[in-house]
Amino acid sequence: MPTSQKIIIPVIILAVLGYFSVFTVKEYEQAIVFEFRKIKRSDFEPGLHFKMPFINNVQKFEKRLLNLDLEPQRFLTSEKKDVIVDYYVKWRIIDVVKFYTATRGDVIYANGLLGQRISRAIRDEFGARTVQEVVAGERSQILEVVKKSTSNLPDELGIFVEDVRTKRIDLPAEVSNSVYERMRAERNRVAKDFRARGFEAAERIEANADREREVILANAYRDSEIIRGEGDAQATEIYAAAFNNDREFYSLYRSLNAYQNSFSGNNDIMLVEPESDFFKYFNDKQGR
Amino acid sequence: MGWNEPPDGNKGKDPWGNRGNGDGPPDLDEIVRKMQKGFGGMFGGKKPTSMNNNNAGFPFFLAIIILIGWLAYDMTYLIDEQQRGVVLRFGEHVDTLEPGLRIRLPRPIETVEKVNIGQVRSITHKALMLTQDENIVDVEVAVQWRINDPTQYLFNVYAPAATLRQVTESVIREVIGKSKLDFVLTEGRSQIAETIKTIIQQTLDDENATDDYESGIYISAVETQPAKPPDEVKAAFDDAIKAREDEQRVVNDAEAYRNDIIPKARGAAARLREEATAYQARVIAKAEGEASRFEALLTEYRRAPEVTRERLYIDAMESVLTNTSKVLINGDNANSLMYLPIDKLIEKRQLRSSGNSVSDFSSSSGSNTSLSTKLDTVKQRVEERMRSMR
Repeated sequence: MPTSQKIIIPVIILAVLGYFSVFTVKEYEQAIVFEFRKIKRSDFEPGLHFKMPFINNVQKFEKRLLNLDLEPQRFLTSEKKDVIVDYYVKWRIIDVVKFYTATRGDVIYANGLLGQRISRAIRDEFGARTVQEVVAGERSQILEVVKKSTSNLPDELGIFVEDVRTKRIDLPAEVSNSVYERMRAERNRVAKDFRARGFEAAERIEANADREREVILANAYRDSEIIRGEGDAQATEIYAAAFNNDREFYSLYRSLNAYQNSFSGNNDIMLVEPESDFFKYFNDKQGR
Repeated sequence: MGWNEPPDGNKGKDPWGNRGNGDGPPDLDEIVRKMQKGFGGMFGGKKPTSMNNNNAGFPFFLAIIILIGWLAYDMTYLIDEQQRGVVLRFGEHVDTLEPGLRIRLPRPIETVEKVNIGQVRSITHKALMLTQDENIVDVEVAVQWRINDPTQYLFNVYAPAATLRQVTESVIREVIGKSKLDFVLTEGRSQIAETIKTIIQQTLDDENATDDYESGIYISAVETQPAKPPDEVKAAFDDAIKAREDEQRVVNDAEAYRNDIIPKARGAAARLREEATAYQARVIAKAEGEASRFEALLTEYRRAPEVTRERLYIDAMESVLTNTSKVLINGDNANSLMYLPIDKLIEKRQLRSSGNSVSDFSSSSGSNTSLSTKLDTVKQRVEERMRSMR
């Protein structure tokens, strides 16, 4: 239909022109408007903006915090130990004009430049520290130095480095093995210490117990000897008092008892001469 | 989307047929397209693929219906309780929508980004890392987080979730790197989790100049699994733990030994004392008894000394000679050679008599046992007598 086409074609042309003469800047974007590749304006607030179609064109940049996460790198510490460091950098574009001039707005390209700068700064910084200082040291110290080395980046590249953090600090495999060896030795030391302490305590307790037993028994022995001695003394006194009445008779009495006792066994054999006093009537009824 | 229908497979077919019903939730575009195709088939009587309808009034009518339908679809937003809708008007943030049914201007003018702020998400990080004393420890940490500021979350940090992961890894390493191995493995666990949480949160929303993330992320909890020594040294660590137990065990054994011997020693000591007292009593009693027996005998002896001596002597000799084997040797033959089979004599005697020993109360060298057996027999006799009396 020719009439409707007459309407439609201008509408389409207008729509295309309209489309090319507006652009939006989102809350997290910054933009540069070029006029024949020359920068015309770069300070846009978020919202709808106008430009001349075909004369101006727009390039947008991130306003958000950007991330640079490099492959883990090997650094040498001051004691010549290798450490593998994985770190990331948080940066943002603060000057789009400089950023565009230096990198044509290519974030990957900018990451490359930034990575070189920062890895050099970190290399210097780690080279002046021991592993221990690197691992346990104040993050802010290293960060300070690294940031200082990037302090000219806003002027050069329009970039501001917000944060540099180490994600991982690892020792290479061969060093790890020696660390494991050391840890094993250390645990071994602890284990030995525990066992030896246990042995020490046990020995103490047992020896103490043995001593206590000896003392108890010795005291008891002493007491028992005293008691026995008292008994013996008393008995001796009684015997002496009785036997002193007639010593000669006592000697007879005791001797006869002793004979009886000493020959009480069944295995004794006596060789007797008939001349003995006992047999005086054995041979001769007169006892001669 | 739905407008770019592939021409093949639909040619000459009913537009309602051969449509996958399981393509997920119905898309409004698709419904509109279906309706439109259906109308086309109804009124125009043509194939639905032919869009260039010659009917003049109808496309405008159709276009308006489509436009209204599309606007109705595009202007209403259902915001879930978990969500907030961030409204951008030409890219500029103008409003944040609360949950419920919301109506905003259509697509080219306003767009709404739905952000789930209610859902608690979790990331875990598990790695071997160095401690302050240059040991290696196996640490596993789970971080639970949610978005607490949707605009910050959207506008301030590129890839906030990935950033959170980076920050988490970095902070865990930093905290572990400042702790000693023993602290990490034992008592430090909850403290480490607390420190990690604090530092991650600080880093993520620090508003001072140094690290300006303002990521809109809130860390709700940090859970650390018990840190483990690496597998390579696990055996040594287990042995150290075992050694601690061994220490206790050895000490307990020693205590047991002590508890065993000391009371026994006390008992033995008491026995020694009792025995000594018994000995004392015994020797004294014996002495008294023997002394009084001797004195009694002495009294009688003094009355008739000669006869008594003689009698005592002969009694004793009799007793001696009765109990022994005797070989009478004549003094004259003393020098001649005699054969005495002493072994045989002894053997014979042993066969003849067994247990026929002489007992004598007066034996001064009487041993303990003989005394006690005597006492036992006396006691038995007394008991028997008491029984018979009853």
